[in-house]
Amino acid sequence: MSEPKTLSEKIWDRHVVSAGTDGEPDLLYVDLHLVHEVTSPQAFDGLRISGRKVRRPDLTVATEDHNVPTADIDKPIADEISRVQVETLRRNTSEFGVVNYPMGHAKQGIVHVIGPEQGLTQPGMTIVCGDSHTATHGAFGAIAFGIGTSEVEHVLATQTLLQARPGTMAITVDGELADGVTAKDVILAIIGRIGTGGGIGKIIEYRGEVIRSLTMEGRMTVCNMSIEGGAKAGLIAPDDTTFNYLEGREKSPVGAAWEAALDEWRRLPSDAEAAFDEYVTLDGSEIAAQVSWGTNPAQVMPLHGAIPTPDSFDDPAARDSAARALQYMGLAGGTPMREVPVDTVFIGSCTNSRIEDLRDAANVAAGRKVASGVRTLVVPGSGQVKEQAESEGLDKIFTAAGFDWREPGCSMCLAMNPDKLQPAERAASTSNRNFEGRQGRGGRTHLVSPAVAAATAIAGTFASPADLE
Amino acid sequence: MKAVSIVTGTALPLDRADVDTDQIIPSDWLKRVERTGFEKGLFSEWRDDRDFVLNQEQYAAANILVAGVNFGTGSSREHAVWAIQQYGFEAVVSPRFADIFRNNCTKNGLVPVTVSAEFNAALMQEVLGDPTLEITIDVERLTVEVPSIGLETSFPLASGTQQRFLEGLDDIGLTMRHLDAIEAYETKRPAWIPTS
Ligand code: SF4
Repeated sequence: MSEPKTLSEKIWDRHVVSAGTDGEPDLLYVDLHLVHEVTSPQAFDGLRISGRKVRRPDLTVATEDHNVPTADIDKPIADEISRVQVETLRRNTSEFGVVNYPMGHAKQGIVHVIGPEQGLTQPGMTIVCGDSHTATHGAFGAIAFGIGTSEVEHVLATQTLLQARPGTMAITVDGELADGVTAKDVILAIIGRIGTGGGIGKIIEYRGEVIRSLTMEGRMTVCNMSIEGGAKAGLIAPDDTTFNYLEGREKSPVGAAWEAALDEWRRLPSDAEAAFDEYVTLDGSEIAAQVSWGTNPAQVMPLHGAIPTPDSFDDPAARDSAARALQYMGLAGGTPMREVPVDTVFIGSCTNSRIEDLRDAANVAAGRKVASGVRTLVVPGSGQVKEQAESEGLDKIFTAAGFDWREPGCSMCLAMNPDKLQPAERAASTSNRNFEGRQGRGGRTHLVSPAVAAATAIAGTFASPADLE
Repeated sequence: MKAVSIVTGTALPLDRADVDTDQIIPSDWLKRVERTGFEKGLFSEWRDDRDFVLNQEQYAAANILVAGVNFGTGSSREHAVWAIQQYGFEAVVSPRFADIFRNNCTKNGLVPVTVSAEFNAALMQEVLGDPTLEITIDVERLTVEVPSIGLETSFPLASGTQQRFLEGLDDIGLTMRHLDAIEAYETKRPAWIPTS
């Protein structure tokens, strides 16, 4: 019998074009290369300078997401530098024969939202993008990770990448989640446990009853934030939930090819005897709704708790970093989180802008009103999500409650477009990073789930849907 | 990329853990389509603070960045490496680098020097105390040395990566040598894998 392997080892081994010897990186084949306007201009330039072509335009898909405005998209982009960047992508993709979904196109959207919804993301694939949240696609049982611009150029030119084989880490979430606890809370709790560097050099496989019971949207939310724990990638074994999601999507195989693919996909999950380099286990029933209090995604706490004081950390570096974070965030240790008022609520980003996220938030918003003085943005992840949401009437629910319904894009997740926090403005955000200035210079970000974000918009202070009853 | 074999000079002590790439180069700078001119963006938000170490005259000549643990976490932006390099740094020392950042360093000839937490702490203290301390990073021997105080350690670099540093080789050109293997691989890919 062949040696037992984990899911990620199986996928990795199938993509080695040429194995590195003596600890050298392997040359890995890339099945799908996703491209956006921010990390690609210098890569296309590099190709041009060396007279190279895109080796497999048919395995390359581009979209405009980071810079695009979420209002007035029928007008040219007002910010000159943003406009040039978007136009550069258009020029590069047309020159090199790559498909691009431009602003306003029905299939445009955040790069990590459009791949899965079109069925481009399938089990067993290798997927890369010049974007650290590429791990989102791992929800389908694919190895998906972010790369830098030099690597983007390398993939464009060769459809391969030089990569050192990562280690493996199994994160098991057993048991059952309490009411109101979502996939976002699970991944925030995981990062709180392993820290921002816990996964460095490893591919995480998420497993256990809680993970199995998540929908594909929930699994994408979990895998999305793998990088926040430092991991190279995060993935989940494909199962019937995965196959049901994929069946009938635009790019999914059909007929005999579907059967052949299913056969392969069912063989992907980690062998029972396969060993991981590291194991972490969480009890799902102990996970509460989470809110981040600091300036990195490991600085999280239960929504119903009190903000920690720097003294509560034993490690001097953690104490230091807590003190700095609290000062930046304008928070006093000991304050109950539910007493902290917000200025802005952002529902969107590749972590939480899919249809289920919007349904979750709309459920809370229905028949209620946003607290006065709170600015809100609901930004669907793609043109297709927007269309679906509108066909279900979610946009009406949001606007009736006073939420601002926008066009698709990255938006306030990183504030490269006009959606920005002002200095010292505080936001409840469904995005993935609470770094200093991430949502606008001096802005203060608290990461939460879509349900908590919506409830917070209504209460005006951090709240869970149950708090509104 | 330019060949690098020895980096000698003084260091700038960035005594913070978990420095993410959003801090190294804020997102406003990512809108540019050029590959140069990022030095002004390096830590630009933190530079508003007059006491920030990058603003301190005694470290102005530093060409080695000594950082805390988990350096370069977060976004994949290679602009972070370009900014550090274009500002004048040739090597970064940390007990642990984020994966993508580290890869980006190796594609640009910025030497990522991973050292033990103890060595890092000792070096940080020394550099905080003496901004003129001379440090040598030898990519051929894979060592970091501070001769004046007898501090020395080694650091890891895969031999192929080391070779690329020493010879300033272009990755894509090297991979192109495997074109036969790439073509052979492509004939075996299952037909159902999607195309654009
Ligand atoms: S939504 Fe945010 S994290 Fe996701 S790709 Fe866009 S900018 Fe990056």
